Amino acid sequence: MTKMITLTIDGIQVTVPEGTNIVDAAKKAGIDVPVFCYHPKMHPVGMCRMCLVEVGRPVMDRATGEFVRNEDGSLKIQFNPKLETGCTTPVSEGMVVINTSDKVKRGRKDILEFLLTSHPLDCPICDKGGECPLQNLTMAHGPGTSRFLFDEKKHLLKHTPLGELIYLDQERCIQCGRCVRFQEELVDDPVIGFSQRGRALQIVTFSEPGFDSIFSGNTTDICPVGALTTADFRFGARPWELNAAASICQHCPVGCNLTVNVRREAVAGGKVVIKRIMPRQNEWVNEIWICDKGRFGYHYTESAERLTQPLMRKEGELVPVSWEEALSVVVERFRQAGEGLLSLAGGRLSNEDLYNLRKLTEGVGGKTALYTHMSGGEAVIQAGLGQESNLAELGKGDAILVIASDLHQEAPIWWLRIKQAAERGATLIVALPRPTRLEKFAQHVLRYRYGDESGLILAMLNVLSAKRPSLPQRVNTLWRDDQVQAAAKAFAEARNAVVFFGNEGVGLQASQSLAQACLNLLLVTDHAGRPNNGLIPVWQRPNDQGAWELGWRPLPNLSEAMGQARAMYVVACDPAGDDPTLPLTPDFLVVQDLFLTATAKLAHVVLPALPFTERMGSLVSGERRAQCYYPVLPARPGPKADFAIVGQIGKALDLDLEDRLASRVMQRIAAEVSAFAGINYTALAHAPQQWPIIGREDLYYGGTTYENKQGIGVQLPNAIQRGEQVALGWPDLAQMTDAEEGLLAVPLSKIYDSGSTLIHSTLLDQRRVGPVLWLHPNDAAANAIQVGDLVHLQCGQASAMATVVFDEQVPQGVILLPRSAGIPLHEPCRVQIGVVERS
Amino acid sequence: MLADLARGLATTLKAMFEKPVTIQYPEVKRPVRTRYKGRHFLKRYENGLEKCIGCSLCAAACPADAIFVEAAENTDDERYSPGERYARVYEINLLRCIFCGYCEDACPTEAIVLGDNYELSFTDRRSSIYTKEMLLEPVPEGGQPTPQKTPPGMFSRAIPEMKDPD
Repeated sequence: MTKMITLTIDGIQVTVPEGTNIVDAAKKAGIDVPVFCYHPKMHPVGMCRMCLVEVGRPVMDRATGEFVRNEDGSLKIQFNPKLETGCTTPVSEGMVVINTSDKVKRGRKDILEFLLTSHPLDCPICDKGGECPLQNLTMAHGPGTSRFLFDEKKHLLKHTPLGELIYLDQERCIQCGRCVRFQEELVDDPVIGFSQRGRALQIVTFSEPGFDSIFSGNTTDICPVGALTTADFRFGARPWELNAAASICQHCPVGCNLTVNVRREAVAGGKVVIKRIMPRQNEWVNEIWICDKGRFGYHYTESAERLTQPLMRKEGELVPVSWEEALSVVVERFRQAGEGLLSLAGGRLSNEDLYNLRKLTEGVGGKTALYTHMSGGEAVIQAGLGQESNLAELGKGDAILVIASDLHQEAPIWWLRIKQAAERGATLIVALPRPTRLEKFAQHVLRYRYGDESGLILAMLNVLSAKRPSLPQRVNTLWRDDQVQAAAKAFAEARNAVVFFGNEGVGLQASQSLAQACLNLLLVTDHAGRPNNGLIPVWQRPNDQGAWELGWRPLPNLSEAMGQARAMYVVACDPAGDDPTLPLTPDFLVVQDLFLTATAKLAHVVLPALPFTERMGSLVSGERRAQCYYPVLPARPGPKADFAIVGQIGKALDLDLEDRLASRVMQRIAAEVSAFAGINYTALAHAPQQWPIIGREDLYYGGTTYENKQGIGVQLPNAIQRGEQVALGWPDLAQMTDAEEGLLAVPLSKIYDSGSTLIHSTLLDQRRVGPVLWLHPNDAAANAIQVGDLVHLQCGQASAMATVVFDEQVPQGVILLPRSAGIPLHEPCRVQIGVVERS
Repeated sequence: MLADLARGLATTLKAMFEKPVTIQYPEVKRPVRTRYKGRHFLKRYENGLEKCIGCSLCAAACPADAIFVEAAENTDDERYSPGERYARVYEINLLRCIFCGYCEDACPTEAIVLGDNYELSFTDRRSSIYTKEMLLEPVPEGGQPTPQKTPPGMFSRAIPEMKDPD
C-alpha cells in the first residue's frame, strides 16, 4: 500500500499517494495549476515554468527530529523565497502550497509575457484557436500588453510539413517538448526532436517518410499551441463550430472510444460531414490516445462510391430497384431455399446485426458462418479477459504473453498499453518467428518456426507439468529450451497473466488449436476467471468477438458449404474479392454491404447498408468489453442499418424480429445470451469519473481529447466468472507435420493496407503497403530471385503476383505477404514461386 | 371668427409656397449618414487580393447567426488572400442580419464593412442569402481578380502583416 500524504493547497486539505506532484494533487482538490509542458500521462520536465507556485514546508528541528511549532501550537511553515515548479515538486507531509498569491500571479504573468514575445498573433486563422491552452491561459493569467517590441518578433516558416500527415508551424511552437516526449517516452518512436538551442530551437523530423509514427496524430492533441496540426483538419473549421458525437473505432478489435466532430458544409451541398476524429477518454480501453489509422481512416464512411439503393439483376445487369421490390424477391427466394440458405457475415457488423441475422437464418432453417481466417473464440468466451480488468493495472509481478501477432501493426493501442505494462515491471513474453517492435520491452523472446505456435504453448505447459505428454516430433523437445523454460516459469509464477494470441502464420484450424493451447496454459497456471487475467484474441475485425458470443462460428470447409448452398446471404464481407477461387455460384446470392464489392458484382440482389457513423450499434472488443456507438451523421437516404434490413426480411417471413431500434435488439440479446445478461444501452452509457480529468475547460492539462460522457461500456463476464465449468481440452495438432517442399508463404497484417475501409483515405496512400513479398536474401539466392522482381506465387488453386523486397529479419524458408494488399492468400501455405518480370 | 378662419387659411397658403419635405423615393434617394449600417461588403486590397482570411470570427460574433464561412488554404498558384487561409464559402443571410455591425468589430483584417445599401427586399428566402461573389467589392483599378498566381515566398505570413496594435 502506498503511503498517503496530506498537504494544504490554497487552504484546502488534500490527501494523495506519495510521489504525486503538486499539479496533480491540486487537480484532485479541484484547483487548477496552469501548465504547458507537463502532461499527466508523461514524466514532468519543468521546462515551461508556467506551474510556479509558492511552497512552504514544516520546519524540522535537526537536533530532535521534531517539527517546530508556533506559539499557538500549529506547525511552523517555512516558505521557499523563490517560486517552485508544481509539476516537478513531489508532495511532502504538511506541505503548504499557495497558488493564488500576488507573487505567483506575477510569476505566471511574466512567463506568459516571455512566451508571447515570439508567438505570432495567428489566432484568427490558427486551427487551435478556440481550444488553445496558450490562448486560454493568456486570457486568464497573461498581461494585457507586452513590454517587448512588436517589430522584433521572430519570423519563421509557417507551413512546414513534418510528413504528409502532420504540419508544423515553427513560429507558434513554445518549445514545451510535449510532442518530442510523447514520441520518445510513450510510443517509442523518437522520430521528431529538438534541433538547435535557445531562440533558434526547432522541432525537426529525422525519419523517412517524415514523422514516421503510427501515433503521430496524438501530438496534435497534446500540443498546447497550434504548432502541430493535422493535414486532414487543416483550416477545416473553427472548433466552436463543430458538433460532437460519440463513436467507437471500427478498425481493430481494441475498440478505441472516439468523438467525431461534424459540421454542415456548403461545399458538400449543405450536408453534415465529418471534420475530424478525436479520441474520447476511456482509461480501460484507449486511455486518451488513438492511432493514426483510427484518426485518418474514416473517409470510407463518406465515400461517393457507397451504395445508395438496392440493386437487382435483370437481364444480366444490376439495375436500381425499390426496397419493396428487392425485399419481396429476397423473402420469396429465402423461403424457397429453406435449409439451403447460407448466411455469411463479417466481423464488421454490430451485435444487433449479427443477432438478427442468426435469428433470420435459423428461422428459415439455414446455416450461418462467420467469415474470418482466425478461430478460437470459444476459448475466449470461456476464459477471456476477466470482468473488471484494466491492462493499466498490470505491472510488477504480472506477466503478458503475446504469440503469433505483431501488435504494433494489428492493434496499436494494445501495443502501447503492453509496452507501458512492461515498463511498470510486468514480465513480457513475446513469441513470434520474426522480430517485432514489442520485443524491445520483452524479458523473454521466444522464436519458433511458423506452424509450431500451439506446440510452443504446449511445450511451456510441459515445462510446468510433471507428466509431459508427448508432442509431435517437431516440438517434442522444445520444452528443454532454456528460453522456453524461463518464460514458462515466469508465466506460472506471475500474480496476474494475460495471453494475446493472433493469427500470423496460423490458419483457421491452427488458430483453434492455438487458442485451446493458450486456454490450457491459463487454466493450468490458474490465470483464468479473475480480473486482469485471461485470453485476448487479436481479431482482424472489430466485432469478431461479438460474433462468437452470439453463436457465429467459422466453417472449416467454407467452400464446400458454399458449393452446396442454394441461396446465400453475404453481409459485410467480400469472399469473392478476397479469394476468387471460392465457389460463389448459388442459385440466389444476396449481398448486403457499403460498396459494390467483387462479391456484390456477382449478386442477384444487392442491399445497401449504413456505415457505423449513421446508425447505432454495439461491439464487443477483444477484451470482451461491449461498447456502444451512436449516430454521428444523419443517415443518407436509401441505405438502411443492417439489423433493420434483416429484421424486415424476417418480419416478412413471419419471424419475430426487431427492425427499428437497435436498443430493443440488445434487450433480446440480453435476455437470451448469458454473457450479455443485464446489459442494455443505458448500462453501456454509464460514464464514471476518470483520472486524470481530461477534456474539460482546462485543455492545457490533458490536451484536446474529449471527456467521456457517453459511456465506457461493460466488460462481459467470462464463462468461469459466470460459474460455468471449463475443462482442459487437447488441441488438434494434426496439421503439425514436418516441412514440405517449397517456401512457406505467411500472410501478415500491416496497419495501412488497401482494405475497403481504408482505401478511401487517400491521405494514407504514401504509407500503404503494396502487393509485395518479403523474403530472406539467402532464400532469394536459392530461388534465383532479385530485389524488385515481380514474381508469381502458386498455392493450390490460388495464385498471386507480388514484388520482391529483401528483409533479413524474415526467417529462412518463409516469405511474408501483407494482407488486404491485393494478394489473395489468407492462410499460410506452401507456394511455388516463379519470376515473371525483372526490373 | 372669420379672422380665425383667415389666419388658418393663411398658414395653409404659406405652406403651399414652402419647399416640400417629402422625398420622392425611389426616383430620389436621400444620402445616408456616414456611419450608416447597410448591406455588407467584403473589401479587397489594392492589388485585388481579398482582405477576408476566412477566420469565421464574424460568424462567431454574429448574434443572429446570419454568417456562414468555410475556409481553405491558399497556394501560390491559386491565391485569394495574402495569408495562408481564405474564405472558400462566405454567405450572409440578410433576412437574419440585424445590422448590428458586430461582424465589422470582430474582423481582424477589416475585411467586412457595412455599406450604404439598404434596398434589401426579397421575394423568396433563398435570394436573401448573399454569397461571396455578391458581397465582394469590385477589383480596384490596377488590381487583379482572385484567384491570383503569386511568386513563391511573397506571402509567407499566416495572416497579412499587421500594424503594432499600440
